[in-house]
Amino acid sequence: MELVGHLSDGFFIAFQPLNLMLLVIGCAVGLFVGAMPGLGSVNGVAILLPVTFFVPPTSAVIFLAAIYYGAMYGGAISSIMLGIPGASTAVATTFDGRPLALKGLADRALVAAATASFVGGTISVVLFTLFAPPLADFALKFGPPEEFALMVLAFATFIGLGGDDIPKTIFSICIGLVLSAVGLDIISGEPRLIFGDISGFYKGISFLVLAIGIYGIGEMLWTIDANKGKVEIAQHSVTFKRIMDSLKSLKKSIVTMVLSSGLGYFVGILPAAGATPGSLMAYGMTKSMSKKPEAYGKGEINGVVAPEAANNAASTGSMLPMLTLGIPGSPTTAILLGGMIIWGLEPGPLLFIDQQDFVWGLIASLYAANFFTLLINLAFIPVFIWVLRMPFTILAPIIFVLCIIGGYAPTQDMHDVWLIFLFGLAGYLLRKLNYPMAPAVLAIVLGPLAEKAFRQTLIGEHGDVTVFFTRPLSGTFMVLAILLFAYPLYLGHKRRKAARAQGQAENDGAT
Amino acid sequence: MAVLLAVLSCYLMWKSAELPIGWEPRRGPGGGAFPFWLALGMLICCVVIFVRALRGKTPESRSEEPYMDGETIKLIGISAGSIAVTLIAIKFVGVYIAIPLFFVFYIRLVGRHSWVTTSAIAGLSPIFIFFFFEVGLRILLPKGFTEPLFYPLYKIFLST
Repeated sequence: MELVGHLSDGFFIAFQPLNLMLLVIGCAVGLFVGAMPGLGSVNGVAILLPVTFFVPPTSAVIFLAAIYYGAMYGGAISSIMLGIPGASTAVATTFDGRPLALKGLADRALVAAATASFVGGTISVVLFTLFAPPLADFALKFGPPEEFALMVLAFATFIGLGGDDIPKTIFSICIGLVLSAVGLDIISGEPRLIFGDISGFYKGISFLVLAIGIYGIGEMLWTIDANKGKVEIAQHSVTFKRIMDSLKSLKKSIVTMVLSSGLGYFVGILPAAGATPGSLMAYGMTKSMSKKPEAYGKGEINGVVAPEAANNAASTGSMLPMLTLGIPGSPTTAILLGGMIIWGLEPGPLLFIDQQDFVWGLIASLYAANFFTLLINLAFIPVFIWVLRMPFTILAPIIFVLCIIGGYAPTQDMHDVWLIFLFGLAGYLLRKLNYPMAPAVLAIVLGPLAEKAFRQTLIGEHGDVTVFFTRPLSGTFMVLAILLFAYPLYLGHKRRKAARAQGQAENDGAT
Repeated sequence: MAVLLAVLSCYLMWKSAELPIGWEPRRGPGGGAFPFWLALGMLICCVVIFVRALRGKTPESRSEEPYMDGETIKLIGISAGSIAVTLIAIKFVGVYIAIPLFFVFYIRLVGRHSWVTTSAIAGLSPIFIFFFFEVGLRILLPKGFTEPLFYPLYKIFLST
């Protein structure tokens, strides 16, 4: 019962007036930052970190964690309303959230996203509280080969379950990985792929640039094309009753929520992965387990529920290695970790002994942040719906401007804005030919991590690639990846065989 | 399109090959190895895509519709062109002139909305952008030659 004692102490800290105020402000700021295309939890936490030096570390971390949480909810809002993920973590939410909004069911998708986020967040915080030590032990066994194998598994998920043209999917993954290699070589420090000797390429291409380009500018161009500029988005009313009805209809999605939360939480703990692959894997898992997978991508509510539950669970999960091992589980927790060092705390297992107020205050604040973000989110759904009522010729230029400024803000370099524009155009042209773009965005996020893990392994093993298969954990991941890769080939073979048999039968009938 | 992308893959391979792409004794794979082999992967995919397209295996290659009709090209051209012009304009006249102009162009001329809507958005956007980004988040946006006009504003809002 030591746990309960710690937790109630934590709540006592989290509900102090200053902390509670920061918590609510943080949730609201996070929601807004998350909903803005281009600004995600990373940007919000990074930009507001300096503000927190005026308050004690516990209050500061509560504030930042609330932003992190709020942004995870907020990302879903722009995914659903605009079809642009507000952050990379919400990429998977666009797949079904956008079609739902176009069908006039935006309120339902938003309620589902908020509820799933709440469930995912709550389940993961409970898991966090209960199972922190044993899970941390397990993740500790991961070396570079396991990290790399895990990423291969993430890509294989796309190929096996993406349902897109396979060569085009692989192409998309490869180009994302190559783009991620631009900049300074991570091991030797040599510059590479500096196109035309433009100095802007030395710092590499951030995933945000590609994501804003493809999902911001590219998506808008695509919409202009698809609707020839004459979009009238479906009108719909939002009433309290509709929200309650949406909540009731979510009963069917409880299994999806729980499973996705578990998956997201576990993926979030792994230092290499995080909320983005977690949400994509949850989406893939739900789709493959569904009785009617063909409904996904066209507006299936579980397609919104799964990634949203998973990304919130993963964001909590990613705090676990940060707190227990001092290894950040995501870019945002990396910044939190940086903040902790500035606040004068030493991240690592000792934190649980020396800084109990800090740790348990943070954990309790996660419970509270979940609750407040859900309330704020549900209360503002009518405001978000209002966004959709804007005629497209007003919405499109506003989004273009948000992309330009959002793209400029993190690095303050016009070079990035030009890249966003070019990626947007290229993404649009490729999308017209059915090249899937999400794998490229995932690849550019995971690229540097994958390359590092791959090269560290090879250096350690003197170039022996079999190590990925001989280590038990990485071997398991690799075998799973190969199975996923082979799955569509097998399906295609079966379908061709069936088609041939049918053709045969028709021929027989004709003769 | 696949041919174009294949050319891009070759360029990336060539570019990666500027750094060692093979195995280097004691240092592991060279800096160019990772992108080189991936670019090769891209090239292979392009070849597969191209062959499949020729054999009419994909729905796109069987489609009779033109890739883009005249109206689409015009709409996309206007949108993309006006963004490009705005980006160039930001360099010289700054965000606070280029963005309202972009709004005026797009909302009034492309969208044919009333002057009231147009001026409301074009007029309020710089104020919102200034307070959110420059005052709130302390991100200074490019202003081109209008920079000196902002010194008094900096003094009021950013001096603390």
